[in-house]
Amino acid sequence: MSSAQTGTSAAHAHHPAQAHHFDSLEQQQEASTLGMWVFLANEVMFFGGLLMAYLVYRTWHPDAFAAGSAHLDIPLGAINTAVLIFSSLTMALAVHAAQTSWRRGQIVFILLTIALGTTFLVIKGFEYADKFTHHLVPGPHFEWPDEKLRAPVQMFYSLYFALTGLHALHMVVGIGIMLWLLWMARRGRFSAQYYSPVEVSGLYWHFVDIVWIFLFPLLYLIGAHVRHV
Amino acid sequence: MLDTARTRNYINAEYGVMSWLLTRDHKRIALLYLGSITTFFALGGLFAVAIRLELLTPAGDLVQSETYNKLFTMHGVIMVFFFLIPSIPATLGNFLIPIMIGAKDLAFPKLNLLSWYIYMIGGTFTMWAVISGGVDTGWTFYTPYSSAVSNTHVVATALGVFITGFSSILTGLNFIVTIHRMRAPGMTWFRMPLFVWSHYATSLIMVLGTPVIAITVLLVFAERVLKLCIFDAACGGDPVLFQHLFWFYSHPAVYIMVLPGMGVISELVAAFSRKNVFGYSFVAFASLAIAVLGFLVWGHHMFVSSQSVYAGMIFSILSFMVGIPSAVKVFNWTATLYKGSISWEAPMLYAFGFIGLFTIGGLTGLFLATLGLDVHVHDTYFIVAHFHYIMVGGTIMAYLGGLHYWWPKITGRLYPEGWAKFAALVVFVGFNLTFFPQFIVGYLGMPRRYHAYPEEFQVLNVMSSAGASILGVGYLIPLVYFFWSMRYGPRSGANPWGAKGLEWDIASPPITENFVETPVVTEGAYAYTHGRMNVV
Repeated sequence: MSSAQTGTSAAHAHHPAQAHHFDSLEQQQEASTLGMWVFLANEVMFFGGLLMAYLVYRTWHPDAFAAGSAHLDIPLGAINTAVLIFSSLTMALAVHAAQTSWRRGQIVFILLTIALGTTFLVIKGFEYADKFTHHLVPGPHFEWPDEKLRAPVQMFYSLYFALTGLHALHMVVGIGIMLWLLWMARRGRFSAQYYSPVEVSGLYWHFVDIVWIFLFPLLYLIGAHVRHV
Repeated sequence: MLDTARTRNYINAEYGVMSWLLTRDHKRIALLYLGSITTFFALGGLFAVAIRLELLTPAGDLVQSETYNKLFTMHGVIMVFFFLIPSIPATLGNFLIPIMIGAKDLAFPKLNLLSWYIYMIGGTFTMWAVISGGVDTGWTFYTPYSSAVSNTHVVATALGVFITGFSSILTGLNFIVTIHRMRAPGMTWFRMPLFVWSHYATSLIMVLGTPVIAITVLLVFAERVLKLCIFDAACGGDPVLFQHLFWFYSHPAVYIMVLPGMGVISELVAAFSRKNVFGYSFVAFASLAIAVLGFLVWGHHMFVSSQSVYAGMIFSILSFMVGIPSAVKVFNWTATLYKGSISWEAPMLYAFGFIGLFTIGGLTGLFLATLGLDVHVHDTYFIVAHFHYIMVGGTIMAYLGGLHYWWPKITGRLYPEGWAKFAALVVFVGFNLTFFPQFIVGYLGMPRRYHAYPEEFQVLNVMSSAGASILGVGYLIPLVYFFWSMRYGPRSGANPWGAKGLEWDIASPPITENFVETPVVTEGAYAYTHGRMNVV
């Protein structure tokens, strides 16, 4: 970069986080927030395509989907739901800590969010392992006692793994982002003047939680579970 | 390039390969895209050459039917996903949108560079599929053929399309945020050039449509690799659901291709008739209307695939409605010409070509939206001709017109006008000779996607192949003189056309930050009311 060009933009002192092409830090933060909302709109459509497939097939094969759903573990699903909702709280507190320049709070709440996210994934891992041992994973080893329902139940589990797998992948990405935030927070990068990375990462984290809030009832609760209660 | 060093600009700001591969300058990234999509265009064109050679004779004598299936598949995949969709947005849009609204760069420069890398990674997967034996499903990847039957490289191609989709999403996201948040003081929404409006509408489709094709091809991938049951009828699944999901994106994708072209044409018509675009706000809102309606018409691709008659009727009516905003644009461009001070430089020739060819393509689209007629011409060359009139006659005409118009701004050099006019005529003649006979041969009943055909169709097919070779020459001429002009073209000055717009107020080529000072905008985009300006 030539000195002639940097000279034109250095008219007055900027916050170190401000990129050269923005007029102000405020404009930069507004852009980041809008960017994340647009990205989330894209994510809604991404999950939306798959949920549409789920709804169509659920309507076509209500018995098979209810039977498949009955083999999901409601207590574990419920615990995971609580874990994720609680992680949304810690995430919101981390954003608050950033907005109030409270560095120690940022670190603690980001760590808590990471811990809760990891807890979710571990519990999900146990659920997946259970499906493997009971031959409920789609493919050549899939087994189902009722020959008539075997094919559509396999489809239920295909959609179950596709939906929860994509959601888990988003959780892994989210934890990666949290680790980056933690590193930045430890270096004291976030303050009342500059907190948009924490804020937009929080938007992403809440979105991934909300996806689960839809998946839990759709996959675990509705249908024939009534008879288990 | 030695003498460009006299003035500082974005091209000579830094030197070396890494200064390009790691650049965050939207103008340099636009040039990276320009190089890569031109390469993919040439590659897709080679497949078209092979197709037209095979169809010279009625017998399937040049290639076997399996090879022919691969040829048209790879022609379609490369041209649609790696040329047409990124073409105008990623090159001209990337270069011009920040400048047109008075910004220093797009909102997220690193994301912009990332989207080019994602595009190249997706392209690499697809190239790998091509080199290692190709794929034969058609660019539409219909199940169950793609998921259970085809033993060609569906997985690599699907991954290529999936990955490239994210480049499109990130470009759209960047444009939306930039247009919302980066406009210069005084650049109100209704002072923006229509090029920016049409890219805004395009970006909405990119962000909301592309994720649906992403999940769809991902599900095909999951069926093939992970043995999930999604579209497989043996599990009670529905192959037609794939078509719904596929066309939910791939019909709007047509508007990703043509809306930016319409934006280019609005600029060209205004600049070369020295008039404000007639009914500016109608043209602007027509872009949004096309984007919205475009999401509601996917079922017209499925009139003969077990869709209910009622759904077919609804989709038919909605498809007719797309004709309204499209016609608003064509009428308003024509009205803009009225009493204008029209000049006939090469970009304007392309604009006239676009208006005529898009009109034919659009009107034949109404034929296809008509339920009864569609049953007759479905899967014939009529539809091949129709969508090539939109994609090639529309998008590529606009792309070439825009490239000529902004070439002096991009490179600081003029192209040879005489050769350019000649090339524009060659492209127009070659295009029509290639594709108009396909309307006739399709209406007579020649189906698409076969390597052999009955003898009575040979005359029309020979015409088509002859036209394709003329069209090929028409594309080669600009390639040669654009390279020539980069080194030997006369210097253009800031505003060779005497056109209005922020991009013509700054140096050619622009400096890295585009503007020495952030401009303050006080008038609309096409303030040509004072008559013809002095041409520099």
